Amino acid sequence: MTKSKSEVIRKADLLRVLDGIPHGIAIIDKQQRLLGLNRFLGALTGYNSEEVRGIYYDYVLRSNLRHKGNPLQSVIETGESTSIEGNIINRRRQNIPIRFTISPIKNSSGKLLGMVLTLEDISILEDLGRKIHGLSGLEGIIGHSPKMQEIFDLVPVISQTDASALITGETGTGKDLLAYTIHQTSKRSRYPFIKVNCSALPESLLESELFGYTRGAFTGADTDKPGMFRLAHGGTIYLTEIGDLPLPLQAKLLTVLDDKEFFPLGSSKKVKVDARVIASTHRDLKEFIRQGRFREDLFFRLNVLRVHLPPLRKRDGDVRLLIDHLLNVFNSNLKKSIKGLDQKAINILLNYSYPGNVRELRNIMEYTATVCQEGTIRSEHLPKYMFLSNEKGPLSNDQDQESEKDMDTLDINPEGLPEAPVFMNWISVEKRMIIDALMKTGGKRGRAAELLGWGRSTLWRKIKQHGLE
Amino acid sequence: MKILITISKNHVEPRFDLVNEVVIARARNGQIIGEPRIILLPGASPEEICSLVIKKDVSVVICGGIEEVHYQYLMWKKVKVFDSVIGPYEQALKLVLSDKLNAGTILPG
Repeated sequence: MTKSKSEVIRKADLLRVLDGIPHGIAIIDKQQRLLGLNRFLGALTGYNSEEVRGIYYDYVLRSNLRHKGNPLQSVIETGESTSIEGNIINRRRQNIPIRFTISPIKNSSGKLLGMVLTLEDISILEDLGRKIHGLSGLEGIIGHSPKMQEIFDLVPVISQTDASALITGETGTGKDLLAYTIHQTSKRSRYPFIKVNCSALPESLLESELFGYTRGAFTGADTDKPGMFRLAHGGTIYLTEIGDLPLPLQAKLLTVLDDKEFFPLGSSKKVKVDARVIASTHRDLKEFIRQGRFREDLFFRLNVLRVHLPPLRKRDGDVRLLIDHLLNVFNSNLKKSIKGLDQKAINILLNYSYPGNVRELRNIMEYTATVCQEGTIRSEHLPKYMFLSNEKGPLSNDQDQESEKDMDTLDINPEGLPEAPVFMNWISVEKRMIIDALMKTGGKRGRAAELLGWGRSTLWRKIKQHGLE
Repeated sequence: MKILITISKNHVEPRFDLVNEVVIARARNGQIIGEPRIILLPGASPEEICSLVIKKDVSVVICGGIEEVHYQYLMWKKVKVFDSVIGPYEQALKLVLSDKLNAGTILPG
């Protein structure tokens, strides 16, 4: 760093002070290059201060300020502070509405040395604005069924406390959305919400991701990394797929929950954090405890507050409500003017079992709205795999009884029931349709093509495309 | 294969949704074929850029920040996306051709 830059700020001290402020703050020189980010801005953008020092500020912040007359340049020219609303896109691919405030840093003789750029996340204000205009009660979560009403009643209670919470429910029931809603309605909402998928990374990587490391902790660790727990300081850390957390990390997580402090990898100095933990899983944690795959003490520690999201098939009346809502959404997104569904299509949708829950219904409605070129959705516009699944008939009494037992004991995935498939996108839906058709026809491609309503060559091409040969 | 990079002057444009210019390069066996083509897209929406990617049969996109919805759309259309790339676009192009570019790469310069 040059002498003139070191005159701008005594960086190390200043950044430590700025770390305690609940807004993103960047120190920028006159050439609009970053000199440092505070911890909050690191969490907001996904970058740490070390790795982006010296880079033009907007390559890192990715704001829309350059398209709003470049207010930084006007601060340089006029030496006056300015404030403007805009947005950023962070490394987690989220578009976050921001109020930017740019203030000049001047020396005692009034000479401009650099700028302080403050970023205030105003998404909560925008949400509030939408609520005032009556768009939704619990943002993004829709349902009128008694089971969902219980959850809507519970959320404000959970939001007011700081205790750990565990969200359970089948895949596609909205666990992530609920966790985010709890954070957004809590007093921590002005601080970061950091999501970590415990099943996505191997143990060693997950440990460094969660707890961070110090420079030299292992080969390739050339800078300090704060880790997700420290980035979530003041806010909420959301651990999804907690059932897949490796046992050694379960012990470390338990320590963090108890002591609110931990050792980053390679460090002999303890770090204190104040982050609320929300965990979620679609797995049966009690069964995992019986198998020795999950620590009982961690389960009890996380299970302080527990919310079970019911599967869509048990949410009386919500399917119809969601169909109407999603039709409006996709009419608007796809610029369509579909008026509704005919009775046959509605009956099929109402009687389907939705193993992929709301996510599956959303995908079905997106597909249907895309395929339908008329004013009314008819049964032939629905994905064909729904008919294949429905030929097996509705859930048998045995399954229903088992599911009821499941609800009573709050076990999520009872023994004997296959794990619900995940419908991430139309590629997986199509793949599933092909597999179902081939299984039904004993592998005879000609008959499978007929069943799917495709030509043989189309089926052959799609089989190849999906690697099903 | 065709590679599309969202650019701003000589750098990868930080925002996919605010891009005014893209460069499209054709490559085979790690070598550029012909001269990369620069296309001006004043005021194009991110949806229009996604359409361009599909229409031009692009298989790799290099960009800065991109919203999840556009990223997922391109992935669904089997387009490989290297996002959050910072630095000069020509260097990013060289790295992707030698199979050394990752999402989030910060290039010097």
